Amino acid sequence: MADAKTIDPKEGPGVRLWNWLTETQVWTSVFRHGRVNSDRNRVLVMLSNVFLHLHPVRIRKSGVKLRYTWCMGGLSFFLFLVLTFTGLLLMFYYRPTLEYAYTDIVGLREHVPLGIMREMHRWGAHAMVITVWLHMFRVFMTGSYKPPREFNWSVGVIMLVLTLLLSFTGYLLPWDQLAIWAITVGSNMARATPFLGHEGPGAALLRLGDVPLIHAYDDARFALLGGSFVGEGALLRFYVLHCVGLPLVIAVLMAVHFWRVRKDGGISGPL
Amino acid sequence: MPDDTKPEAPAPKIAPPTGGATAASSATGPAPGAQATGAGPAATPHAPPPARPAAPRPPAAPIPDLAGKTTTAASPGGAAAKAPAKPAATARDADDTSPLLTRRAWMAVAWGAFSAASAAALAATGRFMFPNVLNEPPQQFKAGFPNEYGMGVDERWKEKFGVWIVRVPDDVVARASGFYALLVTCTHLGCTPNYLPAEAKFKCPCHGSGFRTTGINFEGPAPRPLERARIVLADDGQLLVDKARKFQFELGQWTDPEAFLKA
Repeated sequence: MADAKTIDPKEGPGVRLWNWLTETQVWTSVFRHGRVNSDRNRVLVMLSNVFLHLHPVRIRKSGVKLRYTWCMGGLSFFLFLVLTFTGLLLMFYYRPTLEYAYTDIVGLREHVPLGIMREMHRWGAHAMVITVWLHMFRVFMTGSYKPPREFNWSVGVIMLVLTLLLSFTGYLLPWDQLAIWAITVGSNMARATPFLGHEGPGAALLRLGDVPLIHAYDDARFALLGGSFVGEGALLRFYVLHCVGLPLVIAVLMAVHFWRVRKDGGISGPL
Repeated sequence: MPDDTKPEAPAPKIAPPTGGATAASSATGPAPGAQATGAGPAATPHAPPPARPAAPRPPAAPIPDLAGKTTTAASPGGAAAKAPAKPAATARDADDTSPLLTRRAWMAVAWGAFSAASAAALAATGRFMFPNVLNEPPQQFKAGFPNEYGMGVDERWKEKFGVWIVRVPDDVVARASGFYALLVTCTHLGCTPNYLPAEAKFKCPCHGSGFRTTGINFEGPAPRPLERARIVLADDGQLLVDKARKFQFELGQWTDPEAFLKA
């Protein structure tokens, strides 16, 4: 029945080239499905590709309607890819040390070719925070957090936090006054971590006799900053977290998120 | 799970009284060790030498088995026990090729070792994030001789050590002339205020908190006065400032003799 719908263009040099190319051993070893001329092969395109198989093979008509999804999840992913790529390029010119960090940022604007690269990274980051929030808003308003999708909602909440942490860590890297004091204020919140912050509730209980186990030099804030104030240790730690640690975690969670959409029956439909 | 629930080959799950059929326990004495019968761990009791060959009665108390669980003869494994266990030998025969350690015991040891190693690695990773040496200015420093300071706020140590040394003719708390060391950390959210000599106040650029030269807050969101640090005279007559010891006005600590150096 599916075979009834096959379409096979037969003529032309482009077709001949395409036919030759898709029959080479290299091509057929990579793409392990026949020509995309039947429903079966369209399914195989999705199922035989490690990236595409995270996506549902077929989706509801409503799933491609902009007025239903706003495409905010897709835009968030797109912006993540943009940020990964531009961020990788910025890393070729940026050194996370007290001596160079600020001047390298200025140099990225003033004399590095395509001085817009850092602005793309910066505005892309702002945009991603916005699209992630709007995606969450859409998911909430369409009730898509309800079972069986409650697990994927939770994964999404974690990724929202990671997105904000990526913004937070990236904010320090220009190493100007705005960055330093914003991170000083922001990281001071970690002092109040329950039990793990030296000014937090319960921390005073963790002591051996007169010796406090949680103090300003071993609490959560200290581990975050790699020091007792926002200095060279904090700059390096935030750089590593921003460029490697957090993107790695969020990439894994994105794979889970997309895969889970498929396992939960595709994106939710209108009620 | 389905290890020995089959009624055909149910040996009573009785552990050696030493609590673990390790290689050591087998090596110490004439204990026969456990005997594994392929699929199921069938440890034969070797504690009482004349072990009852058939129909073991439920032991009085639960006996911990090798995996750390507690099982009694009433458990599925032991309840249906009908097949006679092999009589325990007092010495291991020379041609006895059965393993000294049951499969289950070996798995318990292996998982235990793996778990312990993983936990240790995790702890070491966490510890790794706490540096032993900090490239930070020391908490305690000598600030020169008292006669190097004029009246008022001195900013020479602000950048390096984060304190203002203030010399006053009459302190609000001590009611005497002398020195105090103010920490430059705003009590609102931790920024560094600027000293504005014309207005004789500290003004935080982040959110606008203002402090008198005494350190007492009078405007903006700061909830409490700046903190003072310990200031004393060193043996050589220099001022010694110790930021590790802080005095908070709202706790009445500014009256501490080391919060103010009379001079």
